[in-house]
Amino acid sequence: MNRTHAAAVGSVAIAALALTACSAGGASEESCTNTIMNEEATQVSVWAWYPAFEQVVDHFNETHDDVQVCWTNAGQGNDEYTRFSTAIEAGSGAPDVIMLEAEVLSSFAIRDALVDLSEYGANEVRDDYTEGAWEDVSSGDAVYAIPVDGGPMGMLYRQDIFDEYGIEVPTTWDQFEIAAQQLKDAGAPGVIADFPTNGRAYNQALFAQAGSAPFTYDNANPTEVGINVNDEGSKRVLEYWNDLVQRGLVATDDAFTADYNTKLVDGTYAVYIAAAWGPGYLGGLSDADEDAVWRAAPVPQWDPANPVQINWGGSTFAVTSQADDPELAAQVAMEIFGTEEAWRIGVEEAALFPLWRPMLESDYFRDLEYPFFDGQQINRDVFLAAAAGYEGFTFSPFQNYAYDQLTEQLFAMVEGEKDAGTALDDLQETLVQYATEQGFTVTE
Amino acid sequence: MTTITRADAAAPPQPRRIRSASSSADRRRQWWGWAFVAPFAIVFVTFLIVPLVLAFIMSLQTSTLAAGTTFTGLDNYVKAFTDPLFLEGVGRVLMFAVVMIPAQLIVAAVAALVLDSLATRLAKLSRLLIFVPYAIPIVIGAIMWGFLYSPRFGPAATLFDLFGLDAPNFLGQDTVFFSLVNIVTWQWSGYYMVIIYAALRSIDSQVYEAARIDGANGWQIATRIKLPMISSSMVMVVVFALIGTLQFFTEPLVLRGVAQGAIPVSYTPNMYAFTLAFSYSQFNYASTIAFALGVVVFIGSYLFLFLTRKQSGLK
Repeated sequence: MNRTHAAAVGSVAIAALALTACSAGGASEESCTNTIMNEEATQVSVWAWYPAFEQVVDHFNETHDDVQVCWTNAGQGNDEYTRFSTAIEAGSGAPDVIMLEAEVLSSFAIRDALVDLSEYGANEVRDDYTEGAWEDVSSGDAVYAIPVDGGPMGMLYRQDIFDEYGIEVPTTWDQFEIAAQQLKDAGAPGVIADFPTNGRAYNQALFAQAGSAPFTYDNANPTEVGINVNDEGSKRVLEYWNDLVQRGLVATDDAFTADYNTKLVDGTYAVYIAAAWGPGYLGGLSDADEDAVWRAAPVPQWDPANPVQINWGGSTFAVTSQADDPELAAQVAMEIFGTEEAWRIGVEEAALFPLWRPMLESDYFRDLEYPFFDGQQINRDVFLAAAAGYEGFTFSPFQNYAYDQLTEQLFAMVEGEKDAGTALDDLQETLVQYATEQGFTVTE
Repeated sequence: MTTITRADAAAPPQPRRIRSASSSADRRRQWWGWAFVAPFAIVFVTFLIVPLVLAFIMSLQTSTLAAGTTFTGLDNYVKAFTDPLFLEGVGRVLMFAVVMIPAQLIVAAVAALVLDSLATRLAKLSRLLIFVPYAIPIVIGAIMWGFLYSPRFGPAATLFDLFGLDAPNFLGQDTVFFSLVNIVTWQWSGYYMVIIYAALRSIDSQVYEAARIDGANGWQIATRIKLPMISSSMVMVVVFALIGTLQFFTEPLVLRGVAQGAIPVSYTPNMYAFTLAFSYSQFNYASTIAFALGVVVFIGSYLFLFLTRKQSGLK
């Protein structure tokens, strides 16, 4: 009697365990968004959120017999990083190849989540990229990712609004301030621009233009970090913007919200200080002002005699340490955006700014006319020069934390709780304390 | 799993075999009991007990970016209970509890009392309408309110414009607290109303008759008879609301999407734990925060149940 019942209990338990085991097994089976062309070939899983990426993947799969890309959109930016981070902690569930913004590479490299691609021939494609772009993905001899697109910055502005209120296109920040005042004095319904306290990389880029180098960090020496977020350059930039904010010359709306998106295209902001991917972003927004006349110009300068170019965003492909076949994964990372055909899709459909030199330096890209700007050759006029002047940037290995803290401090500042200098000093103190708690040797 | 179940069940209950016949029948019954409980027990242990134990073990270790993982015992707990961000978060959810729970309770009780004393078709419809917000998923509700609060898409600007006033910023640093209170009250009052209403319906109507004969009016019946008679349901509602409020998470997280400055990542203890784990990869300290919050919730609910043991019928 007992034995039968024990068997009954046992079989229920086994059935339940088997069910759990099944679902666990199912998770490792990749489900691709794209169609696999060649079922026989080894598949490499890729997470990425580029627009029009399916076409790029299809192109890759059509041209490769030995390897096929299995693509999933695991969310944009932080959503994807959260998933990746959880997969690292769990020890499974990460893709073979992952799209990462250059700014988070150190944060993942320090957790041993990325494969050093120099072992798999990454240095052979080094000449395909500019110095600055390569600087962002490598550390000494180690290469943590292959650059894909960049975010050299320019100033997108509404020619129609400028004309209506008789405003000259500013080339320096002093002129920008005057233009902001003119716009307000003329009784324009909007303001010249937005200063989002959650701009994160955008705010950082503005500081960098005045010489701010907030972090020194080298993946080869991962327990040491230098933090200097409250230098003269940053303070000067932040004081400038805080002055505009307090005088009501710029808005302080949160970026990347529905409100902000609408205001970008309905004329509330006359200027959008943007990265090269900005026009693509604007093009995807609804409720746009139909009579809008957009033009691109170089970003305003602090010292016109010594112009400084800045970068906002830009992404890379890295190979994760959970990749089944790192060599094949590295091949995918290097080749997927390594052809002119792929880049034509990237430029025309996804409005990406290529870091791959054969495309970047092509006449086609230089002379490309953008319908959004009524045919203006924005690469020739603005972004190519901006990209050429970019020398790379060092981010911290806890960049997400640093950005969250920056947002808190900037918010307190625009609320009038503290001035620009205090906000940055407080930020410095918080970050140094955090880095020390995290076991880093901190130099200030 | 199997072995645990088997070991427990197979342990002979009585060493001395006094009533062997009935004990074997008992045992047989016991076996069937275990067999029926097993599916639940397996899921319960696998997905609740085991993760809890693992999380607790994690909470006893410290992992830093640069120095790796070490066992540090209760150090994390000491850190948590002296962490200003955690303590501020706890203070904030306690403030929410003080403001939000009475608000929900009053709305729910008034609605239930009014509906209970009406017997028209309108009452049935109203009951349904008051309940509807609860049927909307929390995330959807919060996103919807995010749009209603938006200066651009929301109706506030238009409404205030009619009177020539500027609409307040519902997502500002000082106002977002009340905006959140409003969302939660809107969403949960209907649910609590249904619980209170059900309790009211179970009161024998002879009690009201007797009261009326004694000369009680409607107000007196409501406050002197109905409310005291449903006090145990009210206590239950408050306990639900208290636990939910101390674990406040979804609504502020969704509203953070449109008000990052006003709602920092450590706005509530749960948000803080979530951010630590998934944004800053501090899974160990996040586990500690989660357990520390569990302790606060436990103490809070226990204290409340102790103070209201008379009303809830526990004593």
